[in-house]
Amino acid sequence: MGYELLTEQAAGYTRENQGVPPSMNTNHTAVVASARVPFTRAGTAYKRFVAYDLARSALAGVKAASEVDSRAVEQIVFGTVMQNVQNANVARDAAIGAGFSQHTPAHTVTMACISANRAIADINMAIRSGAITAGVAGGTEMLGDIPPTFSRAVRAKFFESRGYKTPQQWLGFLSGIKAKDLLPGAPAIAEFTTGETMGESADRLAAKFGITREQQDAYALRSHTMAAEAQAAGHLATDIVPFADERGNLTTQDTGIRTDSSMEKLAKLRPAFVKPFGTVTAGNASPLTDGAAAVLLMNEAHAKANGHPVLGRIVDSLFVAQDPGDELLLGPAYAVPRLLARNNLALSDIAVIEIHEAFAGQVLAVFAALESEQFMTSRDLGGAVQVDMDRVNRWGGSVSLGHPFGATGARLVSFALSRLAHEGGQYALVTACAAGGLGHAMLLERTS
Amino acid sequence: MSELRLERHGAIAVLLFDQPHQPVNILTETTLSELQSKLAELEADASVAGVVIASSRPGMFLAGADISSFLQFPDKPSVIAKITEGNELFATIEQFPKPMVAAVDGPCLGGGTELILACHYVVASSSTRTRFGLPEVQLGLLPGLGGTVRFTERLGVSTALPYMLTGRPIFAKQARRHGIVDALHHQEGLLSAAITAAEQLAAGTLKKRPKKTALLTQALDSKLGSRIVFQQAEKETLAKTHGNFPAPIKIIEVVKAFVEGGRQAGFAASASGFAELLFTNEARALIHLFFAQTKAKRNPRANEARPVSTLGMIGAGLMGSGIAEVSVQQAGIDVLLKDIDVAGAYRGRASVAKSLGKKVGKQLTSFERDQLVERITPVNDFAAFERAEMVIEAVLEELELKQDTLAAIEALPGERVFATNTSAIPLREITANAKHKERVIGMHYFSPVPKMPLLEIVVSEHTAPWVLATAQEVGRRQGKTMIVVGDGPGFYTTRMIGMYVAETMLALRSGIDPLALDNALVQLGFPLGPLAMMDDVGLATGANIQVVLAELLSKRGYDSDNYANTLVQAGYTGRAAGKGFYRYENGKRKREIDPHVKTMLGLPAQTGGSAAEVARRILLLLINEAHRCLAEGILQHPSDGDVGAVFGFGFPPYFGGPFWYAKSLGHEAVVHELQALEAEFGHRFAPAPGLST
Repeated sequence: MGYELLTEQAAGYTRENQGVPPSMNTNHTAVVASARVPFTRAGTAYKRFVAYDLARSALAGVKAASEVDSRAVEQIVFGTVMQNVQNANVARDAAIGAGFSQHTPAHTVTMACISANRAIADINMAIRSGAITAGVAGGTEMLGDIPPTFSRAVRAKFFESRGYKTPQQWLGFLSGIKAKDLLPGAPAIAEFTTGETMGESADRLAAKFGITREQQDAYALRSHTMAAEAQAAGHLATDIVPFADERGNLTTQDTGIRTDSSMEKLAKLRPAFVKPFGTVTAGNASPLTDGAAAVLLMNEAHAKANGHPVLGRIVDSLFVAQDPGDELLLGPAYAVPRLLARNNLALSDIAVIEIHEAFAGQVLAVFAALESEQFMTSRDLGGAVQVDMDRVNRWGGSVSLGHPFGATGARLVSFALSRLAHEGGQYALVTACAAGGLGHAMLLERTS
Repeated sequence: MSELRLERHGAIAVLLFDQPHQPVNILTETTLSELQSKLAELEADASVAGVVIASSRPGMFLAGADISSFLQFPDKPSVIAKITEGNELFATIEQFPKPMVAAVDGPCLGGGTELILACHYVVASSSTRTRFGLPEVQLGLLPGLGGTVRFTERLGVSTALPYMLTGRPIFAKQARRHGIVDALHHQEGLLSAAITAAEQLAAGTLKKRPKKTALLTQALDSKLGSRIVFQQAEKETLAKTHGNFPAPIKIIEVVKAFVEGGRQAGFAASASGFAELLFTNEARALIHLFFAQTKAKRNPRANEARPVSTLGMIGAGLMGSGIAEVSVQQAGIDVLLKDIDVAGAYRGRASVAKSLGKKVGKQLTSFERDQLVERITPVNDFAAFERAEMVIEAVLEELELKQDTLAAIEALPGERVFATNTSAIPLREITANAKHKERVIGMHYFSPVPKMPLLEIVVSEHTAPWVLATAQEVGRRQGKTMIVVGDGPGFYTTRMIGMYVAETMLALRSGIDPLALDNALVQLGFPLGPLAMMDDVGLATGANIQVVLAELLSKRGYDSDNYANTLVQAGYTGRAAGKGFYRYENGKRKREIDPHVKTMLGLPAQTGGSAAEVARRILLLLINEAHRCLAEGILQHPSDGDVGAVFGFGFPPYFGGPFWYAKSLGHEAVVHELQALEAEFGHRFAPAPGLST
């Protein structure tokens, strides 16, 4: 709990309770297992299902992969963004459905694109504090199933209609309602506080840091190329739980990765948000995606004593928040230096970087910020740091693999540890931006 | 000093307006001549494929042309020559052989809009600060640099005329719909977008999007249709201006010359029309007011002001909630709102929410409205005001109540400004028992506060300089036009209104028809006749003003009968009650005086006499009284008197205010006229000291 306070301290606040420094705490959190359903283009393979189904599948997968006694799991937290009213607490419904104990409390968190990161951080803190020994965290998202919205006036009428007793009363249902109120709308992925869509904000952010269209396209191409290579090499399949639909059609791998992409093809795409001179296109942005992912976390000593494999340790994590107007997607540029500084590490100490790719331009803007002396010193983040691209998202990222909002954080943690095992090195860093100007960074370590 | 910077981005040359020494960018002679020579260079330079015109200052393109330099021209031919030069430069831009792209972020008004209309392609930032428009009419002028022609070409007569006749701004999105702007972009990437546009235009891969025009608009913009549009515009303009403002009529004439005679005729007509208007009294008066108002929006004592982050507002009625609204929205000051009880304060805050809600979708998002409303905290007692650096009271206009309120605030620990929003009660009476007279000041707002620009700040002999500086700073942040006046019954504006109404009543009793008199004053240029104005203000306030001004009015020879009180007693309290001098139905004024009113006030049944003569007499009376205020030290500067008269009670703006008008007539002529009135109507017309010397 105390860790979060350090973030505010770094932002210039002082609090009497500075929290427990990570080094003084004897409880460590180990990542023991991970599982996810394949990430698919929204509204394709999973179009007859809901987010609960994907969550259930990922939870069952992590349970099977770890062979953990489900009664030993003391808490389950899942992130999601686009909620289904019938599964308001999707974590609880999916946990029981997946065969976890009815006596394991489960709750759902939402923190935009870092909802799963929040879930993992919460379980991590529960374990660190000694409150629990093992827990499951993750997230689920079905962007092909965004619930339509009705105007407030129509919703008020629906509520009123619950008291209707005679058919005549229904005749009055439409009184005072305009025709356009009756049309259901789809909620735009727009910031509530500013009204700006995320794409517009990313376009602005890229321009602010002088990131060109070519650079964004090149980064997008890199994401697809690396994901395709990793997929071909079988790296992406390690924790995938195949998903079978009711007709037995099986989805066994991520479907968003393009093997036929090229700079020429990307250059032909028109700007998606700021027309006609914007630089963010459908090709260099993360696509709408369906998917779910989960990780099993356990007290490290307990895991070792009980013969569970330790994939890695969660060393520390923090969340940041910036102005949703000007720095909506720049959170990682704040979170990373602060997290490293309080763990006495330099970016060069980090072998593996897994950054969420909301937009190619956003990732490049974050790196440009980290590499800018002016930016870093003016924000009191220390000096500029050099980003080694060879350590970044070598198995692809959200632009190619897709981005199920609530689930991406769990995929990042799983990728970070798998890559650490594959590429070697001690530390991995997970970082992500989120709507609301929020940001997250998590430090992971491979222990022997 | 150079005002135009040249940068190269590959094959594209970028010209940036660069006037760091000016508060805003303006189109000066230097800028124009530099633009001319740079364009000649760039045309000859084969390595240049296209040109972008932008500003080095974010959020500021061009606020307009340099008006003050035009005032220096001795005669019309010299003005026409200058305009013709400008027209030739803009023609050079229009016919430039390489793509000419404007990148606009922030205000682009008057000459700015005329300039970008000559460019081949315009990219504008989608920022709320970005606005276009031709506001020349507000200065009694017309768009001289080809705006009448190019703006009309671009928008069509029926759409263009209303903008030119009102000077109304056009925001980014609307400008794109009208075809003034070709593409919108975010401010961060504006310049590179404009460079891309220039490159693509040069390469032939970007074409201007043809504008879609509705059939009705097409019909109205046809030769035949535009004739009807002109007729209608002329009729409406005359109805609105009563022929007092020559500029709008001239604009219609110039646009007509273009539509009927073609571009060259249009340019020629606008050059000579501009020169003609520039030398009219009306334009000079309006330009004077523009400069006076600009000055009145500043705080000359800013460095003496103490910071105000929290305002204690007493009274949550129309006035109090209005002050709360501009405090949170314009000034960014948190407000503690108090009324008789906390429910009243919550109602006051709800009315702010409603008022701000009307701006949602235009100036505000609904979320911004929510944030602003939450800055207002309804409070139950004065203790909460301890953290307020300033308290403004807007309680009822009762001396004892105001004194008690002041005492309650003085009882709080700490030091703070106490501002009274009285419209007439002298500070010396309100502070009779005060411990700290130096912290008390008058801040007289006008209702509805968010709409009415004027703030009359009243200082007594005791008011400390920091208190005045702080009040002015708060007023400045609230976006107010401020005049600083001395202490005395009715200060400046209310005293003038008192005289205005007293003379009106006297005239009515002498048999002038009330409706005719109201009309005559409207004809003269007042927004409302005195009776309609009284109804709007409320007759209870009117009665109160008469009480406070009783001594002055009797000194001027008016009888002591409080006619407003007579009406109030009978329930005729004004517009809000549905009856005052006029009757109201559903809030709409009926064009007839209530016969009961005539009886109650003892007005003669038979009417006669020239209302126009009375209107003129009233105008002279006001001019005279304003000069008395200056002589007595109620006013410190004539320009305060002009600004206060125009924005405080609607003195006809084309006269430039009582002082400007007296000066433009010549004091001798004014004295002459006053002396004649004095002989006929008595000593109240005796010329004021400042006039007769």
